[in-house]
Amino acid sequence: MVITQEFRKKLVTLALIGPAGLWLFVFLVLPFIAILVFAFGKRAPEGGYQAAFTIEQFANLGSRAAAFVNTLMLAPAGAIACLLIAYPVAYYLAVKAHPRHRLLLVSLVVVPFWTSLLVRTYAWMYLLGARGIPHLLELIGIENVRLINTPGAVLLGIVYGYLPLMIMPIYVSLEKLDRRLLEASADLGARPVSTFFGITVPLSLPGVMTGMALVTILLLGEYLIPQLLGGGKVFFIGNALVDLFLQSRNWPFGSAIAVTLVAVVVVVLMVAMRIAWRFAGTRQVDLV
Amino acid sequence: MASAHPNDIEFRSVTKAYGAVTAVRNINLAVPKGSFLALLGPSGCGKTTCLRMIGGFEQPSEGSVLIDGREMNGVPAYRRPVNMVFQHYALFPHFNVEQNVAYGLKQMRPRIDAREIDRRVQEALSMVRLDGFGKRRTHEMSGGQQQRVALARAIVNRPSVLLLDEPLAALDKKLRSAMQIELQTLQRELGITFVLVTHDQEEALSMADQVCVMSAGRIRQLGSPQEVYDRPADLFVADFVGKINRLNGRLEPGGQMLRLADGTALATSGEHSLPAGPVIAALRPEAIRLSRQETGPNGLRGTVTHRIFLGSGVEYAVTVAGLGDFLVTADRGQGSEADLAAPGDAVTLSFDPAAVHLFSPSEAA
Repeated sequence: MVITQEFRKKLVTLALIGPAGLWLFVFLVLPFIAILVFAFGKRAPEGGYQAAFTIEQFANLGSRAAAFVNTLMLAPAGAIACLLIAYPVAYYLAVKAHPRHRLLLVSLVVVPFWTSLLVRTYAWMYLLGARGIPHLLELIGIENVRLINTPGAVLLGIVYGYLPLMIMPIYVSLEKLDRRLLEASADLGARPVSTFFGITVPLSLPGVMTGMALVTILLLGEYLIPQLLGGGKVFFIGNALVDLFLQSRNWPFGSAIAVTLVAVVVVVLMVAMRIAWRFAGTRQVDLV
Repeated sequence: MASAHPNDIEFRSVTKAYGAVTAVRNINLAVPKGSFLALLGPSGCGKTTCLRMIGGFEQPSEGSVLIDGREMNGVPAYRRPVNMVFQHYALFPHFNVEQNVAYGLKQMRPRIDAREIDRRVQEALSMVRLDGFGKRRTHEMSGGQQQRVALARAIVNRPSVLLLDEPLAALDKKLRSAMQIELQTLQRELGITFVLVTHDQEEALSMADQVCVMSAGRIRQLGSPQEVYDRPADLFVADFVGKINRLNGRLEPGGQMLRLADGTALATSGEHSLPAGPVIAALRPEAIRLSRQETGPNGLRGTVTHRIFLGSGVEYAVTVAGLGDFLVTADRGQGSEADLAAPGDAVTLSFDPAAVHLFSPSEAA
């Protein structure tokens, strides 16, 4: 036999993961290598990339400190705000809601995804703008309220846009929670509040960590919401990247920022995983 | 905690309905202190609902449940002096064995000293023979060990009543009989009331000192295991607790003679209060003697159709013309196969008049 069992197994494996692997290699790994190379290069006088080997770009990161600070403050703040609003909703859906209404209520959480985030954020731009809520406030005598182009507006847009991504994983982990554990806790004398913090919360942590990681990582690369609701005053790393690559055509500096962002994401993810493991007491925690 | 009240648990006219479905109907029941009661019945008979009403996970729709003489209506589970061993154990997966067992003690107010908690946890673990397992994670343990953790967790709070919801259902046969003995021992050592819910009649008969047979939300019979088995109150109990052979017949005037469908007359013990007319007779398979000779009174002629060797005994299926199939269990005799009847053999079935239980056909379930 020319084709051995072993060989056939390898062929099947290749057929299963080959297409995705090739796709990721061409469109993720190769570009990332290019970005790495760019990051150590120099800006060509006419814009773009000029071959070199220098850490000049990384040394210059400080000039974009504002973008880093905004991102690293607002992304976790947004994620935590999402969590605080999402947990009670997920708890209600999974534990308190009548099973007959549950499916309907859960689909209501997902409905916003049927409209593009761009359109919905534009709506917020109008709502928060001079002719929106501030105008209404003026009518009842509260003047000079500025909402648009503030960190608050960006945070509001973030929470609005990412809330469903936080609700769903928490809902799933609460829905899987064995109700008998709650009964056992009550049986052993635990008041409802103790049961909630002693049993429900720890056992829903995998969902919480998944939601936090998902939202935080997506927020670190956010571009749209700060652009529309921050109006260039509150900008994220994503906005800085667009500016550097498309406006000032400083590809090497943009690349250095992108590489730094990836490094930050990896560190955040690793720390989050450690925390999740410690709390859940097991390594069977899936982030993302 | 100790009070002079003689009963740990009392049900007073308790009814529980879920919408249009009535799970428990007008139950009256008293469980004396220190007894071991088994609620026995098929699934859906209301036994688990009764247990959950004691635990505080359900509230009665009508009537009241009393624990230690105190009415419990509206009292939440966490304020009741009872603890439960849940079906499938419901151990907390994020805690190790010690933390699971300590959980109840940590809920006590005023708080218990940490060293005292540890002492009681170790004591409870050693009662269920799990010394040295404290640091294990529960999902690393076998079913029998998890069962013991659940037991330790439930007794560590020193409840006045321990509730057990099908505690042995998930264990294999050998482990189950070992645990039956252990549960009995534990109950004697602790001296507290046990209430066990089970659908397994063997489990109920072997462990409990009072068996409460339930069906369709009602109590059919409450008595000692021997009473329930030997003097079943009705056909349902006779059928559910152990096996029976059912015979349709007519009771002759005077109540001493039973005329079967094929015309055979059988003597009865006369210890019944049924009027003459149609009745159903029940016979335990082990109360029937099977012989290959023709023998005396109360005998039926039949043919063996199947023989099932059980190891400790033999089960026969015997067809009697005009009456149908009979199940007979017998000793395996001297062990030689020649002693046993074989399919095709003509045999006589005979029994004492006292072994014939008579029931009115109207109560046939």
